[in-house]
Amino acid sequence: MTDAADTEIRKTALNARHRALQARMVPFAGWEMPLEYAGITSEHLAVRTRAGLFDVSHMGEIEIAGKDALLAVQRIACSDPALLQVGQAQYSGLLTPEGTFIDDLIIYRMAPSHFLLVVNAGNAAKDFEWISEQVKAVGNAAAIDSSSRYALIAIQGPASLDVLQPLTGADLAEIQPFWFSYGEVANARATIARTGYTGEDGYEIFVPPNMADKVWQAILDSGESAGVVPAGLGARDTLRLEAGMRLHGSDIDETTTPLEAGLGWIIGWTNETFIGRERLLEQKAQGLARNLVGFEMIDRGIARHGHRVMQDGEPVGVVTSGTQTPHLGKAVGMAYVPTAQSSLGSTIEIDIRGRAANARVVKMPFYKKGSQA
Amino acid sequence: MAYPNDRKYTKDHEWIRLSGDTAEIGITDFAQEQLGDVVFMELPEVGSQLIAGDAFGSIESVKAVSELFAPVAGEVVEVNDALKNHPETVNADPHASWMVKVRVSDAGAVAALLDNAQYQSLLG
Repeated sequence: MTDAADTEIRKTALNARHRALQARMVPFAGWEMPLEYAGITSEHLAVRTRAGLFDVSHMGEIEIAGKDALLAVQRIACSDPALLQVGQAQYSGLLTPEGTFIDDLIIYRMAPSHFLLVVNAGNAAKDFEWISEQVKAVGNAAAIDSSSRYALIAIQGPASLDVLQPLTGADLAEIQPFWFSYGEVANARATIARTGYTGEDGYEIFVPPNMADKVWQAILDSGESAGVVPAGLGARDTLRLEAGMRLHGSDIDETTTPLEAGLGWIIGWTNETFIGRERLLEQKAQGLARNLVGFEMIDRGIARHGHRVMQDGEPVGVVTSGTQTPHLGKAVGMAYVPTAQSSLGSTIEIDIRGRAANARVVKMPFYKKGSQA
Repeated sequence: MAYPNDRKYTKDHEWIRLSGDTAEIGITDFAQEQLGDVVFMELPEVGSQLIAGDAFGSIESVKAVSELFAPVAGEVVEVNDALKNHPETVNADPHASWMVKVRVSDAGAVAALLDNAQYQSLLG
């Protein structure tokens, strides 16, 4: 953040495409990225009903390989990577010794002793430094920052399979959610993963940067009749929020643990070596003082990141994400609240720029694939 | 989108159209373009007094919140409740989407605001 002025902003291989599509470009995590093309609402709805195409090449890729690669990944990731088969992926967390989030990530097991970690763009440099340090302690394994070797294109939405299938020999229906395969997409060598960040079916496609332009255009052309549109970071954020997915830097960070964030399900307790495990065990035994909950507004208004949750005139919690969701058409969000106020149906009071507004604690995700708005 | 000549503009990207002693206030095409899809508006009650330069409401897009500033002083005599239910109208037709009607205490203050040409040169 402080070095922004003397660091040149980075551009993905698709930058010229975004400009030609008249995207509104914004700086994001050191990258110049498309915020929106036709508009966040229409892009969001396209993903829910048809499909949207995202450039997420800014995401960081870190590979860990070597005889002891599994041990290394088990040390840094709070899930249990030993449970992964080759070709399978897992959502996980990179934790501090205090059990708090350095980052969240997806781990892909490429080979028995080769893992690909996809991390947040804004954390990639910090993550790589941390991971390299930890991997050294393990033995025969090395971490490589391979971010520049990949462009990452995501197609998300119910039409994804039908739009992508004509462009590849890989049998896309055979790839189960959170599995991946190899193949060619529009004649580019690709890793095709059935993962995403929208709560919708879809694929994330890793291709060499010099092939990104060709793949991007081939997917848009293939999807034209199905109404596939390019979608930006704005829609990506509202989609992930509707789907109840946490955003590092907003909902989770180095002050919050997976247990507090309602992500206990990602913890691989069978992994006895991950950093932060002792602290999480303690926290589990002691019970939680606060929980991340989903809420929907009862009163008019949109609670936003940073707004306080109040009780008897005192701040007791904080909103971490909030928006008017395009598909559900209501104002929802996530907030840390005291455990006593975290049960479903509880009413919480949020200070929206000086005005008290009530919200109700509801189950996340707010939107589940296939359900009606 | 064309900027009509029948009104004045502000550096906060609002427009104000005076007829008699009553003025309609809205935001410009440039403002709606910058905001993106408008999803929520908070507008004052009829009878509230606007103070020139102070915030009198807010307009929210999916991504951002922006305050509405009173271009001139006056009393709110009408609020466009239809906009509260259909805030997207502001994107579709910003120069017809008045938010409040205000009884202006000093018509000279309106005259002193930017005209169309001045506002467009501000946009560059």
